Amino acid sequence: MGFLHRHRWLTPYGLLAAGLGWLAVFFVVPMYYLAATSLKSGDIDFGYAFTWAWGNYAHALGRYQEQLLRSLEYAGIATLAAFLISYPLAYWIAFRGGRWKNVLLLLVIAPFFVTYLIRTLAWQTILADDGPVAGFLRTIGVLGADGRLLATSFAVVAGITYNFLPFMALPLYASLEQVDKRLVEAAEDLYASRPVAFFKVTFPLSLPGVFAGTMLTFIPAAGDFINAQLLGTPQQAMIGNVIQSRFLVLNDYPEASALSLVLMLAIVGIVVVYARALGTERLGT
Amino acid sequence: MSTRRQFVQRTALGGAAALALPSLAQAATRADSKSITISNWPLYIDIDEKTKKYPTLDAFTRKTGIKIKYLEDVNDNNSFYGKVAPLLRRGQSIDRDIMVLTDWMAARMVRAGWVEKLDKSKLPNSKNLQPSLQHPTWDKNREYSLPWMTFMAGIGYDPKKVGYEITSVDQLLTDRKLRGKVTLLSEMPETTGLVMLSNGDDPTRVTDASFGRAIKKIQKALDAGQIRQFTGNDYGPLLAKGDVLAAFAWSGDVVQLQIDNPSLKFAVPQAGAIMLSDNMLIPKKGNIELASTFMNYVYDPAVFANIDAYVAYPSPVAGVEKFLAKTDPKILKNQLVFPDARTRARLHSYDPIGADNRDYKELFQALVGA
Repeated sequence: MGFLHRHRWLTPYGLLAAGLGWLAVFFVVPMYYLAATSLKSGDIDFGYAFTWAWGNYAHALGRYQEQLLRSLEYAGIATLAAFLISYPLAYWIAFRGGRWKNVLLLLVIAPFFVTYLIRTLAWQTILADDGPVAGFLRTIGVLGADGRLLATSFAVVAGITYNFLPFMALPLYASLEQVDKRLVEAAEDLYASRPVAFFKVTFPLSLPGVFAGTMLTFIPAAGDFINAQLLGTPQQAMIGNVIQSRFLVLNDYPEASALSLVLMLAIVGIVVVYARALGTERLGT
Repeated sequence: MSTRRQFVQRTALGGAAALALPSLAQAATRADSKSITISNWPLYIDIDEKTKKYPTLDAFTRKTGIKIKYLEDVNDNNSFYGKVAPLLRRGQSIDRDIMVLTDWMAARMVRAGWVEKLDKSKLPNSKNLQPSLQHPTWDKNREYSLPWMTFMAGIGYDPKKVGYEITSVDQLLTDRKLRGKVTLLSEMPETTGLVMLSNGDDPTRVTDASFGRAIKKIQKALDAGQIRQFTGNDYGPLLAKGDVLAAFAWSGDVVQLQIDNPSLKFAVPQAGAIMLSDNMLIPKKGNIELASTFMNYVYDPAVFANIDAYVAYPSPVAGVEKFLAKTDPKILKNQLVFPDARTRARLHSYDPIGADNRDYKELFQALVGA
């Protein structure tokens, strides 16, 4: 009799070991250091020491409320926009894609073969003051004669929406793909109009995808700093820009850590409320 | 034998005999391999575009047998400092023999005592240093540092698109025609320095009052929507495309941009522009002898001429003209690389203490939006 055979109850833990180890090394330990750093005081020249410096939080929150709220706002708008764009897209691919499904999915992911930075820089060209988009909007009078798209809130939100779109589209597709079409047919047989069948059957069944997609979009979007830096102005600075500047320019690690933790807690809070609102029991299959 | 000489030297520096053993081990491995590691900014040395090799460095290795590990890992003074400070503070080696940092950061390193003295006996060519650079306030006799390159920050713009010749910073900050089409640099000394000059203040001696005036002026322009962004080198494409009409810019960038956009100009405002240097320093525990040998090599005008022709910034090494006349005569007429005396008179450095002032940095970062 082998050891594993005698201790069969160990198997699940054995299978979990790699994942748990990963989590411990790359999440728990860094989190510990982040939390510890956020309570340090001192300066970069002479080093930082742990002093339970809760003041870092008060200072960070007091001073950067604006950027924090703006980040959550931009991330929220971008998530909503990505949802509104992705849902019809995913729906169409799942139900009407036919044998082109895989090609269409590949097209959704295709931009990701190019690095994040380059994709964002490309938007500088697309939204350029003398570019085609701005030119068109000026012609139809939406944009004033000296109006611009680049270096505005619109550009930042658009950039975030674009950059995280596949994170929304793919989970939605995965959910919609699995919807049993016979259920939709049954609803229609029972005299549900097509919109009603959609809202009573298809949409509820795709909720796990909606939940996953919004999370995967909102969370990284709230911490993003590239879009605000390249497509925005100082008036569009997000909390990610502040953290980057405190960390790399001012070498103020404690406050940068405090801000990171505040952002994380804010996101966790929002996710909890959101999950409650959406109804976790409806998310289970 | 170089091992032995180094051993003696290091022991003398270390002071205590107890330190001799580890030093011996270190010196031995170092000298055997005869290699040095250099940390510099990206695109700051001539490169063979085809082979991606550095001709100047290869020539040095052929001549001296000293191998070079050349890292382009200084992207920003502050983040580089953040990386090496914890090690230097503890007296540990940062595994580099030369690092290239801007004046105010170099000054901080010297002040902290984290750099070695140059071995002037290995550095006869240091006599070629431009006279105007020989006595900075933070290293009076260049005992710890030698400039790698000097650079100008002024105004980059396209006269055709702007419609007139820009001669002052105020035009950028107030002309409604340029509204939303102006970028400033995210480097505090360059941006506040140019604005201070426009205020008639002296950037070589920054005070709370003069700094405050500069911040106020920039804030006003920001509130008026005049300034579009604060940028690093990324103003280049924006300026070339015309999204930005006028930018606080580095002269070397404009030289590069002019290749594709010949109508672009770099203006040194009437009130003056900022000139800074990036300096070679030997971090503590770096190999003083080999690093000094390398510095001596690049301070040969014949060698530096090649670097300068590629980088296109004003040379800190005197006498490169003679060699460039043969290889690249056109560059000698370029005011951005070889500014005439009249232009030089309008170039000002920036107070290294002011540039390092924490409160000033905070104020400036708040302006940038972060």
